[in-house]
Formats: sequence, C-alpha cells, structure tokens
Amino acid sequence: MDQFSKYTALVSENGEHLSYSDLLNFSDIFSEKIGEHCLIFILCSNCIESAIGYIGCIRRRIVPALLDKSIDITLLRELLENYHPKFCWVPTFIAGKITGKRVYSFRNYTLISTKYEQDYQLYHELGLLLATSGSTGSPKFVRQSYQNIQSNTESIIKYLKIVQNDRAISTMPMNYTYGLSILNTHLATGASEILTEATLMDKRFWKQLREEKATTFGGVPYIYEMLKKLRFNKMELPNLRYVTQAGGKLSAELCSEFSKLCEDRHMEFIVMYGQTEATARMAWLPFQYAQEKVGSIGIAIPGGRFSLIDADNNEIINPNIAGELLYYGDNVSLGYAQNRFDLSLGDDNHGVLHTGDIAKRDEDGFYYIIGRKKRFLKIFGNRVNLDEVERLLKKEGIECACTGIDDCLKIFITDPSLKEKAGTYIDNHTAISHGGFKVIVIEKIPRNPSGKVLYSEIKNYD
Amino acid sequence: MNNLEKYNKAFMEILNVAELDLESLEYQKISAWDSVGHMQLIAALEDIFDIMFDTDDIIDFSSYVKGKELIAKYGVTI
Repeated sequence: MDQFSKYTALVSENGEHLSYSDLLNFSDIFSEKIGEHCLIFILCSNCIESAIGYIGCIRRRIVPALLDKSIDITLLRELLENYHPKFCWVPTFIAGKITGKRVYSFRNYTLISTKYEQDYQLYHELGLLLATSGSTGSPKFVRQSYQNIQSNTESIIKYLKIVQNDRAISTMPMNYTYGLSILNTHLATGASEILTEATLMDKRFWKQLREEKATTFGGVPYIYEMLKKLRFNKMELPNLRYVTQAGGKLSAELCSEFSKLCEDRHMEFIVMYGQTEATARMAWLPFQYAQEKVGSIGIAIPGGRFSLIDADNNEIINPNIAGELLYYGDNVSLGYAQNRFDLSLGDDNHGVLHTGDIAKRDEDGFYYIIGRKKRFLKIFGNRVNLDEVERLLKKEGIECACTGIDDCLKIFITDPSLKEKAGTYIDNHTAISHGGFKVIVIEKIPRNPSGKVLYSEIKNYD
Repeated sequence: MNNLEKYNKAFMEILNVAELDLESLEYQKISAWDSVGHMQLIAALEDIFDIMFDTDDIIDFSSYVKGKELIAKYGVTI
C-alpha cells in the first residue's frame, strides 16, 4: 500500500478523503500503541477508525478478531472471558462497558488494554479471526492465515479486474467476510472505498454513491430485493461499472432480471459464491454467462478448484449429479477456534474445504448450489429440503423461514392473513402430509446484519 | 376503513408499534424499522393504495409524518 501514498484510500460518511499515506500513518501509530504480537478485539463499523485498527493489526502481525459494533454486550463479555484479548478497539461510547485501561483514542474510537492473563499462544501464521456468518450466539471463529488473505485478495482482484481508479461503496459490515474482501481488494490495488453506515433505503447512501462516483458495490440477496423495490432499473448511475452478488442464493427471477438490466445499461452483474471458511470467495460467474447460466455460482476462482463427492465420499465424475461441494485452494482457512487455546492450532484443513453445500455441475463445468447438507428433514420417511419449501412458498408470495425436527416441519410466516394459504399450498402442491407440518405466525423473521435468516433464533419462537 | 386507518394499520402491523407511538415514529429509530422493515412497509403501502412510489420518495420516506406528505403526491388523501 505504501506505493499509493497520494491516492485516496477511504472516503468517510462525512466526505473526508483519507489518502494512503495518512491511512498508513494512522495505522502505524495505532499498532505502535499495541506494540506486540497479541490478540485484539475490534468492534467494527464502516468508518475510518475501524479500518485503521484492522490495517494497523495486519501490518504489524497483531491478530484481530472482527466483531460487529452492535454486538450484544452479554455476548461480548462471554467472548472476552473465552478469548482473553490483550486489547479492544471500540467505539468510545461502548468503552465504559469494557473493563480495562484506556490507552489511546483516535476520533470516535478508544483502545482499551484489558487485564486478562495471557495464558495461551498464537499460531505464527494466524492473521485474522472472523465469526461465521449467521452464528451470532456462538463463540466460534474462523481462523484465517496471512496466506489465506493474500491469496484470496489476489484472486478476486484478478477475476473482477479491480484497478486503481475503482471505488467501492460499502453495503455490508466490515466484520462480514464479503464486506471485508471488498475493503482488502480495493486497498491492495490502490483503489478506494466509501465507508458508510447508511443503508440503501437511506438517501445519504445514494447521494454519496453519486457524488463520490462509486464504481461498484456488492450485495447479499435482500440487497437485490431492495434494489428492485427502489427501481434500480430507472436510476441514473453512469459511474457504476459492475455490481456483485454473494452471501446466499438469489432467486432465479431476480438473478435473470438483474443480469438483463445490467447488460442493457453496460454494467456487469457478477454472481459469486463463498464462505468465511474460504476467507471469502470460492466461485464467480463471468458476466458473459450471466443469462445463459442463470442460477449458477459459476466456476472456481483463479487458483481454486472444486469437486463433488457422494454420500460415500467418492468423487462424482458425471455432470448433473448432486453431491457435497468440496473446494481446494490457498484461501481455505486454517480451521475453527472455540476458545483462546485453539489459537495455537496450525492448519487443520490442509487446503480442502467441505462446504456443507449440495451442488451439481453441468456439462460445461458450471456449478449450481441446490441445498445445504444439514437443511433437510425426514417427514414420515420422506426427505424434505427446507430451502426448497421456502422457495416454493416465496414464489407464492409468502415470506417464510422453515425449520423443525423429523416428522414436524415448522413454517414460520410473518403475515397472519397468509396462514391458510401457506397450509393449503403445502397440502396441494407437495408430498408432505398435512400432519407433518405446522404454520406458525411470528412478528419478524430474525436475520443477521447481512440478511441471512437466523434459524437458531427461530427455534426460540415456538 | 378510511385511508388514515389503513395507513396506520400498515405501520402497526409491519413495525409492530402501538397507535400512540405512530406520530413520533422515524426510520431506524426502532429496530423493526430497519432497511428490511422499510422495504416491507413500502411494499405494503403500495399494495394497499395501489400506487408505485418513485425511488426518491422511497428513500425520502424517513418518518410516519413525512410518509403522509409523500403519499399525498400519489393522489391518496390521508
């Protein structure tokens, strides 16, 4: 990054342009306050202070665990007790809730030196800890190495052809793998990112996107539902070069709609696939195939490779047969950590990731995710795919989330007036017996900040 | 139900708020009125009044009170 000194690295919500030299300078001042190889917690928001903490850590080989700034305080305290970080870099208004000594402040963030005993070791290649998406209640982190981050960043830059005059605008939290990969790839090319906490439903977001001439943004599926509602097709956005989609499967309808409208507007719409366990990205669908291969996650990213295995762990060679998707590459994370003692562990995965996703490959070598390994139930002996039930009901205009146990599928909906319709549809259009499911009305389907349904929380509703 | 009642009902059902709290309701001031809640609210109002908001009005819809003013542009009198 040192070579980009005069260029703009980050643009803040209030329009400040931070150059690379200032970013590096502030980051180095920050990391000097820590001064040693240790674990720190960063409570992230899309702001300059948060980015400085992250960059400062990576440059000095300090290991950050990135958490959301709005993390529940009880959960944060549990994580603190479990991991004993030496420092915490947090928004100053939260600082009072964390025991320790304030040692440094920069703008709205404060560095706290905790009093925890350093009774654990850090593996020398451990670079970063990220929570797995969707598991907000769990102390589980994915352990990523420096090589993981480097390799995935280079690969993404290569296939998205990110160049120095690109400028991304944030739509996701920095502590979410997809959001972080956008920051990493732009900073590694001397490009820039606009960091904002404003959502797509906020006019400040669109004002900044236009005024600062953003060239790209990424979005999880619900972002695309919002874009549709916002009549994205009618917006004047001459600087937008491409948009990416990941973090879950977009419905086939939205997928083909966006690929068509982006093509009409000389913009690329790039579907991608990844997991925190693979640092960020594993697959991408080159835009020229967006319409022909609608619903596909595409092909493995440069430097990576996929295979499919059947229930007996044998590789599936023929096309169009479903199996678990395996990924091979330098971006496959080291493994998980459940507590501070796991931070001394080395590489558990050895470059192979069992994604837990069920996929198939077509004759041309394009992959399609068709489900998740664990998201199915047996209802009176018949296998029922929960994602499939959701997809069916959503097509009928019924917003829902499905979970349950064997012989009892639970369909959670939010609109009481659709309760009868949902039940009737399942009765009439699926092989699921009437006694094998329940439709339950709840206020709201719980989602994490990136829009993924929190199935573990839904279970508390019944 | 008159238009005001329909308008209020959409807010109360989607954002799960009491009628008493409607007047002071603003986007992102309560957890239910986040970006997803906003999208659902807009979709519901479009259905109820059979209108289609312009982009600028969707992102300008920053409060219960502001929404009444915006919806009037579409010939809906509340």
